[in-house]
Amino acid sequence: MRTLFLGNEALAQGAIDAGLSGVYAYPGTPSTEITEYIQKSKLAKELNIHSIWSVNEKTAMESALGMSYAGKRTLTVMKHVGLNVAADVFMNMSISGVNGGLVVVVADDPSMHSSQNEQDSRFYGKFAMIPILEPSNQQEMYDLTRYAFDLSEELKLPVLLRTVTRLSHSRSFVNSRDRIAQNDLNLPEDASRFALIPSYARGLYQKLLDIQPKIEAIAENSTNNTLTIGKDKSLGIIACGLGYNYLMENFEDDCPYSILKVTQYPLPRKKVKELFKTCDKILVLEEGYPLVEEMIGDYFQEDPKVIGRLTGAVNRTGELNPNIVAKSLGIKENTPKEIPTIVENRPPQLCVGCGHGDVFNALKTLIPEIGDKQVFADIGCYTLGVLPPHNIINTAIDMGASITMAKGAADAGVFPAIAIIGDSTFTHSGMTGLLDAVYEKSPITVIISDNSASAMTGAQDSAALGRLKDICLGIGVEPEHLRVIVPLSKNHDDNVTLLRDEMNYKGVSVIIAQRACVQLPKERKEIIKQLNTLS
Amino acid sequence: MNHKNIKMKTNIIIAGVGGQGILTISTILDMAAFNNNLYIKQSEVHGMSQRGGAVQSHVRISDKEVFSDLIPLGKADMIISVEPMELLRYLPYLKEEGWLITDAEPFVNIPNYPEMEELFNKIKTYPNHIIINATEEAKKIGTSKAANVVMLGAASNLLPIDESGLLKAITDLFNRKGERVVNINIEAFKKGKELASLVIN
Repeated sequence: MRTLFLGNEALAQGAIDAGLSGVYAYPGTPSTEITEYIQKSKLAKELNIHSIWSVNEKTAMESALGMSYAGKRTLTVMKHVGLNVAADVFMNMSISGVNGGLVVVVADDPSMHSSQNEQDSRFYGKFAMIPILEPSNQQEMYDLTRYAFDLSEELKLPVLLRTVTRLSHSRSFVNSRDRIAQNDLNLPEDASRFALIPSYARGLYQKLLDIQPKIEAIAENSTNNTLTIGKDKSLGIIACGLGYNYLMENFEDDCPYSILKVTQYPLPRKKVKELFKTCDKILVLEEGYPLVEEMIGDYFQEDPKVIGRLTGAVNRTGELNPNIVAKSLGIKENTPKEIPTIVENRPPQLCVGCGHGDVFNALKTLIPEIGDKQVFADIGCYTLGVLPPHNIINTAIDMGASITMAKGAADAGVFPAIAIIGDSTFTHSGMTGLLDAVYEKSPITVIISDNSASAMTGAQDSAALGRLKDICLGIGVEPEHLRVIVPLSKNHDDNVTLLRDEMNYKGVSVIIAQRACVQLPKERKEIIKQLNTLS
Repeated sequence: MNHKNIKMKTNIIIAGVGGQGILTISTILDMAAFNNNLYIKQSEVHGMSQRGGAVQSHVRISDKEVFSDLIPLGKADMIISVEPMELLRYLPYLKEEGWLITDAEPFVNIPNYPEMEELFNKIKTYPNHIIINATEEAKKIGTSKAANVVMLGAASNLLPIDESGLLKAITDLFNRKGERVVNINIEAFKKGKELASLVIN
């Protein structure tokens, strides 16, 4: 069947058609639509495919491993920085191996369209010594996802599928194939390999090392890695993922150079060697960090046979595009028109009526008392508080870091130290940090700006809904310093007074500023209201 | 202008502000290309910028395989914008003889939005431009929400897909919202086409 799919949707359909039994994920741009597609799929519902959001990427990946342990095919999906959160299980499940096919999908965000860094997940795949697949178009998103499950079961290893923003968020037509049946429940024959006590783990690590030649041979012989010999031997090109598209955009059918299209890792060593032998120079076009270039280039850079991001032939940072690739090939292009100077920046901003804005306004009133460098924030819509007109928050590092950074600063003597965190970010990675603070009675004020959704990624349900107060009390926040306010301009003065009181308290205060995201439909706002009144 | 003059790879940038419905324009083009057995790649912006920031969609329609999801600089046949300042943001993508097509209605959510006269003067320095009061026309038809479809109509004479194909896509897309919405959007499309034909013929 031929269907118009967003890259992420093609991947999701590929997983369903490969006999998927469950997807485990936490929303994060540019990965979110994969899980959402499965959540909305009628077929997935009929097949009883698990697709409810997990609390964070670590719990997601561990649940996926549990489903794989039970013999079923499972997908775990996250953005690149989410893999940092899941890194513990990620690194260890390549030692234990998997049972049912397990595919880790990571969506990287080169150029940082919606992220705090542009880390390249291929390094993680290499680190864990597992196969990596890097599709370059929507059809490959579908086909490679299906292939990834087979490969995972053949090797009994997780497989990393890496996509990037431009592919995840681009549409094209995709041909899908017949669906294969889901696996039956089937516990592993050799279950002990999932118990990584040192005496077992040493042997299993050796096994992972021993299987490397096989993994490499599969990549070497795979049609996913193709070498095309060109007439002009002055240059050979290694084009990974989207790098291939931008290369072909410049040449269409008549590229004079040899091209090695890399879609599957480890690198196909023999093909790379052939390119090396037959071409004077090797240009590496890769989306993200210079992984391939670093592997095959001269460490001393005295023999610049290999050129790419490290040598300056390609921009060191940011995503590739057809023009950057044209430049690296020495293709002369006309100077583009300029953006007229009257065009002003239009940065993203909080929606009209957003409750985060009222929290910022209350804090702003208190700035003369608390200073303008003591507000530690987190990842979500409220991160926009760093920009004008708010200019209220000072930090945004990673999910959950508001509370723990405030605690560390408080330990150093900063008072008051204020943390702002969203409800979903709080349950993702804030709760454990709050326990640290409660344990030590650290003098911090935590504002949970609760809009009852993961708003930035499209207002997905938050696991915190209706549970925030109970969670805080359970962690040990003193009931008299757990306060709930409604961030509305009519409550401004009262909210400022309450915030001031709690900031002056020399222990942990938690203020839940509770008002549903304005983007939510009416029915959901009603449900939220009821749940919040009950709790 | 006859659409046969357009060669078979057409690159279109659609511009606006998050929430203005530019993806609706892209979706109609996608569906029409699908019905005409053409190749398409259409990239769009999700995430942070959707919150009132500048957003764009690259639509590439061709009778051959399309490689890059992004349009190269200087290769866009047209920029369709639902907002005049956003139109100019993507000028570096425009071909020498490319078309600038925009709604005259500004979306002001920043304090330093430029003077309207300056904006229009700048747009008019490019001979191939179409400025239409799409929001106003859409209101007359029934809802300002249809301004995006007025803009698509305005661009339609320059597209590689004929009117019946676009109208079918509009009908298919809005069908689930009922006949009234379908009719409003068909009227919006035709109005845009009519107003643009005064400029480009």
